[in-house]
Amino acid sequence: MKEIILCKYGEIALKGLNKRTFEDVLMKNIKRRLNQLGKFHYTRSQSTIYIEPLDDNADIDKAIDKLKKVFGIAKISRSIECEKSLDGIKCTAVPALEDTLLAAKTFKVETKRADKTFYLKSPEISNEVGGMILDAYPHLEVDVHDPDVVVLVEIREHNAYVSAGKADGAGGIPIGTSGRAMLLLSGGIDSPVAGYMIAKRGVVLDCIHFESPPYTSERAKLKVIKLAERMAEYTGRIKFRCVPFTKIQEEIKNNCPEELFTIIMRRLMMEIADKICERERIQCLVTGESIGQVASQTMSAMVCTDVVANRPVFRPLIGMDKSEIIAVSRKIDTFDISIEPYEDCCTVFTPKHPKTKPDIKAVEAGQAMFDFKPLVDDAIENTSCEFIEAKR
Amino acid sequence: MIYFDNAATTKPCDEAVKAVCETLQTNWSNPSSLHGLGLKAEQALNSAREIIARALDTDSECIYFTSGATESNNLAIFSTAKTLGRHKKKIVTTAIEHPSVSQPVKHLEENGFEVVYITPNKSGEINSADIISAVDDNTCLVSCQLVNNETGYILPVAKAYKAVKRLYPKVITHCDCVQGFMKLNISASCLNADLISLSGHKIYGPKGVGALYVKKGIRVLPVNFGGGQEKGIRSGTEAVPNIAGFGAAVEAFSTSIDERYQKMVELSNYLCQQAETVEGVTVNKFSESSPYIASVTVDKIKSETLLHYLEQKGIYVSSGSACSKGKKSDVLKAFGYDDKALDSTVRLSFSYDNNKFEIDEFLKQVKNAQAELVKIN
Repeated sequence: MKEIILCKYGEIALKGLNKRTFEDVLMKNIKRRLNQLGKFHYTRSQSTIYIEPLDDNADIDKAIDKLKKVFGIAKISRSIECEKSLDGIKCTAVPALEDTLLAAKTFKVETKRADKTFYLKSPEISNEVGGMILDAYPHLEVDVHDPDVVVLVEIREHNAYVSAGKADGAGGIPIGTSGRAMLLLSGGIDSPVAGYMIAKRGVVLDCIHFESPPYTSERAKLKVIKLAERMAEYTGRIKFRCVPFTKIQEEIKNNCPEELFTIIMRRLMMEIADKICERERIQCLVTGESIGQVASQTMSAMVCTDVVANRPVFRPLIGMDKSEIIAVSRKIDTFDISIEPYEDCCTVFTPKHPKTKPDIKAVEAGQAMFDFKPLVDDAIENTSCEFIEAKR
Repeated sequence: MIYFDNAATTKPCDEAVKAVCETLQTNWSNPSSLHGLGLKAEQALNSAREIIARALDTDSECIYFTSGATESNNLAIFSTAKTLGRHKKKIVTTAIEHPSVSQPVKHLEENGFEVVYITPNKSGEINSADIISAVDDNTCLVSCQLVNNETGYILPVAKAYKAVKRLYPKVITHCDCVQGFMKLNISASCLNADLISLSGHKIYGPKGVGALYVKKGIRVLPVNFGGGQEKGIRSGTEAVPNIAGFGAAVEAFSTSIDERYQKMVELSNYLCQQAETVEGVTVNKFSESSPYIASVTVDKIKSETLLHYLEQKGIYVSSGSACSKGKKSDVLKAFGYDDKALDSTVRLSFSYDNNKFEIDEFLKQVKNAQAELVKIN
């Protein structure tokens, strides 16, 4: 029995004259993701990509798992290839759908007849195949309005393809069609989710992390790298930068007013990230902030940090509650890593009573008590950089 | 020396010995320590975890280290009794399990659980339909071994569990894979098992280390409490040297599963062919069996006597399972061996470095034994 994978586009199908560009990028992303799993043949027609394994070793289950993490695909189904005749469907496809059909109570059959020369019309094919399924699985009932399983029969040029049930794809649009962004990645729950959400809109993701040894440990950095590996399953390879931040944090502590520690620190992080973006021609910054979640994420605080950036700062989680953010982080499998209990750069030197409504003038004055410029330049100079690949 | 007792334990491979020694000498820190030395030990732990996960074709977060398969089996069974056993008091298992499964299950039976033991049919085989039909809404756990440790018989675990999971998705499926891991081509997903027990010393690793695979989303509760190691599931400082050795052994052998399997098939076929020429010697056959284990009945000679006779000639086999130390095997009885056969069956279990000449030597010495030893009736 031969199986193929069908990937239906999401909103790319609605694109006008640019559609082709989006399709090309999606195809490239898919190929890159599947190339270790064996040889596949790719064809596309009518907003669907057909992926056909060329050798027996190609692992279809794994391929589907990977495809579920490719942005731009709305639905994924695996189809059984059979001879283009009712007999072919009866002998090959009907028994092969056993797993899905035994677990269901109701079903319906839909038919797409791309090959208009086939001697039966679509509704007739649906009728016939529905009858075969009822014969083979007597526990099933037909429900055309709200079935547990939709069996899809496609009559194409050379063969017929039958599938039962679709899985949701990752949605979004293909990575590489919307520019490049720099994510400030801390190690908490929020920032990986923010990265995932911005990447879902087709954005290539870079990450920047600030480390402050000995206040933060090697394990904290490894944790962040693990988070990046998880994100990379969706975003593809990530360029990961790590900024040595100890001296800056120490000087903030020694020279600035305590209630402004956090806000000044965040301004300096933003400044460093912005300068690196400038150098690398990255168009925007991304953070995992959500209005009012903590003292440093009030609207006034964001106003104070935004002014140091010379490019837009996107905050995809801005209107989300913590519980909603956690739900996404569980979905993308970063939650368990995020909650590993290591100090990160944001929790070192937290003031007892941080200013929740900082005034920009006061903050600027507080920051001016020390000349951070040489330290900022130094930190940028010593920033390390590596590429992070998905591990699974 | 001819060592045919590899199902009892295997000789650790060089890679495992090296990894154990190196870890003992240079990476002896506590993996839970916050400092860099601790981190290094933790990394050794995690790299072994990744290797073992890869061998089961799963993610490293699903692997939890234990002190061996006995602990893994106990943890799997008692944890399930805790998580689901309050409302569901039925366990389905087979009559041919290793004691590390049958004893915990028996303990639960004495404490109010209903246990269904599936027995082999007349031809000595477990029917997957029997397992499936024994499971119902009141069942919390199904526990079956993949390869029987005394006979090599391969149980239809994947098929049975697939149907069980389809009919009762909440039932926990546990598989004792000790005699199958690294010998047969298996993966966690193809077995449809929620929990899988593994052992280090059966696959050329050190003793005192094993693992439990826990499928994502399956809740496991600890049975011993302490420092919360292994995500709280198995407290106690991890045996880093043993774990490193386990990982090294798996890494050393994971690419040669098919090749070794083929060699074992040839070896066990050779044993069958040659044994036919010796009167009174039967190799007990099943439709599906692991070529790594052969159950051989030598008529009219007590297995223990034969074992010691062969031992004098430098050939090491076992009577039944090594764990039972000469006790009459309940497992062989469940397989339908008659009383005479029960008393006169030895187990040969092979490893990649056994060869045909050793089989010849074994049969030659069996013939000598037949000539020299006093027969029983």
